[in-house]
Amino acid sequence: MNATHRLELRDICLQLGDQVLVELDAEIAPGEVLTVMGPSGSGKSTLLAYLAGFLAPAFQARGRVMLDGRDISGLPAERRGIGLLFQDPLLFPHLSVGGNLRFGMPGASADKAARVEQALANIGLAGFGARDPATLSGGQKARVALMRLLLSAPCAVLLDEPFSRLDTHLRHEMRRLVFDRLREAGLPSLLVTHDAEDAEDAGGRVIELSH
Amino acid sequence: MMLRLAPVLIVLLLVAPILAGLGMVLLPAFGYLPALGRESLTLAPWQALFAEPGIWRSVTISLASGLLATAISLAVVLLYLAAATGSRLDRWIRRLVSPLLSIPHAAAAFGLAFLISPSGLVARLASPGLTGWERPPDLLIVHDPWGLSLIAGLVIKEIPFLLLMSLAALPQLDPERRIAMARSLGYRPTLAWWKVVAPSLYPLIRLPVYAVIAYASSVVDVAMILGPTLPPTLAVSILTWFSDPDLDKRFLASAGAILQLGVTAAALAIWWGLERAAKRLMGLWIERGERHRGETCLHLAGKLWILLATVIAFVGIAGLAIHSVAGFWRFPEALPESFTAAHWARVLPSLAGPVASTALIALCATLLAMALALAALEHEQRSRRPPSRALWLLYLPLIVPQVAFLFGLVVVMEQLGMRPTHALVAFGHLLFVLPYVFLSLSEAYRRFDPRWSRLALTLGASRNGAFWRIRLPMLLAPILTALAVGLAVSIGQYLPTQLLGAGRITTVTTEAVSLAAGGNRHVIGVWALVQACLPLAGFIIAIGLPRLLWSRRRGMQGAP
Amino acid sequence: MPIRLLAAATPIALLLSGPVAAGPDPTDWEAVLDEARGQTVYWYAWAGEQRTNDYIDWVAGRVEEQFDIELTHVKIGDTAEAVSRVLAEKQAGNHGQGNVDLIWINGENFATMKANDLLFGPFAESLPNFALTHPEHNPEVVTDFTLPTEGYESPWGRSQITFYYDSNELRGDSNELRGDNQQVAAPPQDMSALLEWAAANPGRFTYPRIPDFTGSTFLKQALIELSDEDEALYAPVEESNFAAVTAPLWDYLDALHPHLWRSGRQFPATGHEMRSLMGDGELSLAFTFTPSEPAAAVADFELPESTRSYVPQGGTLGNVHFVAIPFNSPHKAGALVIADFLLSPKAQAHKQDLDVWGDRTVLDVARLDDDSRALFSLDERNPAMLPPGALQRTLPEPHPSWMTALEDAWKARYIGN
Repeated sequence: MNATHRLELRDICLQLGDQVLVELDAEIAPGEVLTVMGPSGSGKSTLLAYLAGFLAPAFQARGRVMLDGRDISGLPAERRGIGLLFQDPLLFPHLSVGGNLRFGMPGASADKAARVEQALANIGLAGFGARDPATLSGGQKARVALMRLLLSAPCAVLLDEPFSRLDTHLRHEMRRLVFDRLREAGLPSLLVTHDAEDAEDAGGRVIELSH
Repeated sequence: MMLRLAPVLIVLLLVAPILAGLGMVLLPAFGYLPALGRESLTLAPWQALFAEPGIWRSVTISLASGLLATAISLAVVLLYLAAATGSRLDRWIRRLVSPLLSIPHAAAAFGLAFLISPSGLVARLASPGLTGWERPPDLLIVHDPWGLSLIAGLVIKEIPFLLLMSLAALPQLDPERRIAMARSLGYRPTLAWWKVVAPSLYPLIRLPVYAVIAYASSVVDVAMILGPTLPPTLAVSILTWFSDPDLDKRFLASAGAILQLGVTAAALAIWWGLERAAKRLMGLWIERGERHRGETCLHLAGKLWILLATVIAFVGIAGLAIHSVAGFWRFPEALPESFTAAHWARVLPSLAGPVASTALIALCATLLAMALALAALEHEQRSRRPPSRALWLLYLPLIVPQVAFLFGLVVVMEQLGMRPTHALVAFGHLLFVLPYVFLSLSEAYRRFDPRWSRLALTLGASRNGAFWRIRLPMLLAPILTALAVGLAVSIGQYLPTQLLGAGRITTVTTEAVSLAAGGNRHVIGVWALVQACLPLAGFIIAIGLPRLLWSRRRGMQGAP
Repeated sequence: MPIRLLAAATPIALLLSGPVAAGPDPTDWEAVLDEARGQTVYWYAWAGEQRTNDYIDWVAGRVEEQFDIELTHVKIGDTAEAVSRVLAEKQAGNHGQGNVDLIWINGENFATMKANDLLFGPFAESLPNFALTHPEHNPEVVTDFTLPTEGYESPWGRSQITFYYDSNELRGDSNELRGDNQQVAAPPQDMSALLEWAAANPGRFTYPRIPDFTGSTFLKQALIELSDEDEALYAPVEESNFAAVTAPLWDYLDALHPHLWRSGRQFPATGHEMRSLMGDGELSLAFTFTPSEPAAAVADFELPESTRSYVPQGGTLGNVHFVAIPFNSPHKAGALVIADFLLSPKAQAHKQDLDVWGDRTVLDVARLDDDSRALFSLDERNPAMLPPGALQRTLPEPHPSWMTALEDAWKARYIGN
């Protein structure tokens, strides 16, 4: 979990027809959280979709996404090594809590069960492995989602307003947890939000997008 | 690669047989049939067709029953949806209607006939107490010359279909929010539904509505059981001409098949015209801004009609059940003199073969259809493009009348040297199963939140892994429902089974229809019940299995 | 694509459309039996009657046991389906691998198949059991609707129009009275009495809708009785003045229809539907083409136990039904062996047994040896059965062309536009 990765966004320009949506050139160091802020419709989600590899064919993209010096802009989503954290925790409803964590774990590591148990203990949910995710509270779900992301061993992380659906009292706590863990894992992260507090807590650079 | 081929394969599989079949009736319709030594083109079959006694009446009845049955079913469904408030009665109705979808048309038609005929259940229950009838009244109810009982039989079966199609389409319109908005502007709820939801709902269910028109204007089995007889509907006439021992009648029959194509096309065109007129009228009505008038009336109609249709269908099936165990049953007794298991005992030994064939064919056709539908839908999702235009061809088998191309298809299959095997019959069923499977699955599949698959991919799963481990299990309920619909469609097929199977492949449906020729109500009761129960078993599994599997996953209940 | 295929099939179709395709030689019976062993024979037979189906099941068991032939009953709702099938195969150039090996057939279906060279034969005279029918004394077993069968079909059973009624409603042979002791008319014995009876009991009689064969047979029965030109009916219809010969029939029907069930605006689809109408009490008088049908229907809970049958005094139309083998059957030997088995005294007696099917034998029982004759002895008297000797009064079928002509004229006259 302590390998260091670097994400570079080189001269990125996203267009819909003739309309330029996003222009961006940035570099994200290991453990750094870069915040991209902007009102809705400013192209934040298009940027995320592009970086993760889900850009709809209607859009045109220029520029390169470099992960550890490797150009990944041509790779399919599952081979980019970029993890995503959505607004909702999106725990797979047909799998148990443990099943959700195992889903992202690469390969056939022998100690999977032990690592899942360890990870659950890590977020204060020891013994929750067999539970139905639907029975967890909002905060618990968010923590499981974070842990699932980390266990999938991504090389970089995209955060799509991951705190906007949480209750106010949970929000601060979750932010700290998420940013601490990302930093600890040395992952370069890109946070997209319209909430200035998110940006503050992230503590990294902030880029404002406008129309 | 397989995925990319799927839409092409589907279109080929469906379109090629229909075009080939149509070609093989088009030629004899103009007098070309070398096997009978006719090799020149002539208009004689058409002259013979239009000289046939009662032909225009046949055409009129086909056209009218197709349009009326569709209009009534659609009206009942819309009235119900408008009045539905999620009350217990509404949920109860909804739960009752779905199994009706699985009951084959023939069984439902027999049930209705046993119910409303002058010596039927209703007359028996009311006699002699209420009516004073000691003998059945000499009334022309079933097989009436105006096709009213035919229309009633069709309406009973098409209501569940249109209702389920509407229920599948509704969520994307977010009706609750629309109605809440309209109510805040002072509209009563039922009126609000008609004014703000119905106009957006109709375009979404237009295709199923067209399929109902095409089906109702060309149906064979229901028309034989309930329709007029002097003359019968055009489709029934065509069938009798095709099976007439006078082989010259085949030219007439071929011309008739082409005429049927025209009649169905005309019905669709008329409907399209009505659609426009209705749209304009609705527009005027909506603009007038009336908020209260008619609310109670609409509300009551919404409950009453669907309840009536559902109850009739169920009592009809119950009547079949009674007949299947009845001893001699003299009019006007409300119940048979005695009950006997003899009818079942007689049929049971010969049940295994047809049931096995039915299940085998239905499973093959449905699973293949499901594989193709999933492949096409998954391809659509992965390429992230809007649905391919060519896929509307999928509905061709639902729009082109069966009687118009199946006879030609048999000749084509003969020429290709295809033997009448279970596989060939299953292929024939695929033509009709695939559109229904696709129709029932596509809504749920396209509406499935794309974030789930994206999430799986960013967690490192491959595209196939995301499909098998996420999409498939999460869509288990709609997939099983689509499978059940496919099975029901396959089980109910009569004409394709009989023609492509050369009569050698017996299914419960061919057995039921051929025994119906004997007119023994007890035997009909037994077979119609068996025919109705098989698809019902499919639906029970489709509803029960996900509940069982996901009994410990609250998030999977009732979702997605 | 279909056009090219059709064109490709045409020359073959023309080449092979001779009357007899290759097949076993029926005169060498040992060779036929050898060849038949292990064959699967598909018998296309009308399946509207459970009793018939059960009988065919029984036959399948016997021929499997005795001749190692697997018999499959292909259940059809209308014999014409099988005729169409064979035609479609010929159309497609299938001249040796047909699906139909044996057809239960007679009348116009036979006439059509024979006229279009769709049948294998002649074979009937070569069947060892055929001699038991003694055609020299019973010409009806080699005549189908006046057409000589010429050995292209083998006789199987007999039908004759038989009337039946509910003796609780109608006084019959038994002098029974209706429950209320009210005197009611005896069942009508000829066509004019039938008209009077129908007028007195409106809505209580009908006949199956044309072109159902029981309905068409009723038309022919009426025509024979009403017309003075009987001999014209036994020649092709083209040779006589159809309008003049049939005028009395149409006058009669015009008078009868207003008194029929549903005032003649609708007719039951088949004789069997007519039977359910009897069972439902909608009719008081009906008829069938299978003399044992009323008794069988009582046993099957379809008709009340007070059902009685009779043949009107002037006699009724009767005919023989047959089995035939299509020209392109790949299992002709097996089909021949089955056709012969069907004629065996054992199979014929089992068929005539009222508990089994009740279809009358085509064998000349009086000329059988004692052992075989004993098989046919009538079991206990069933009250719904015809009295012995009733079937002596059989009128022969007119030429098949009359049936088609009558059907067309009926449809033109009574189908509403």
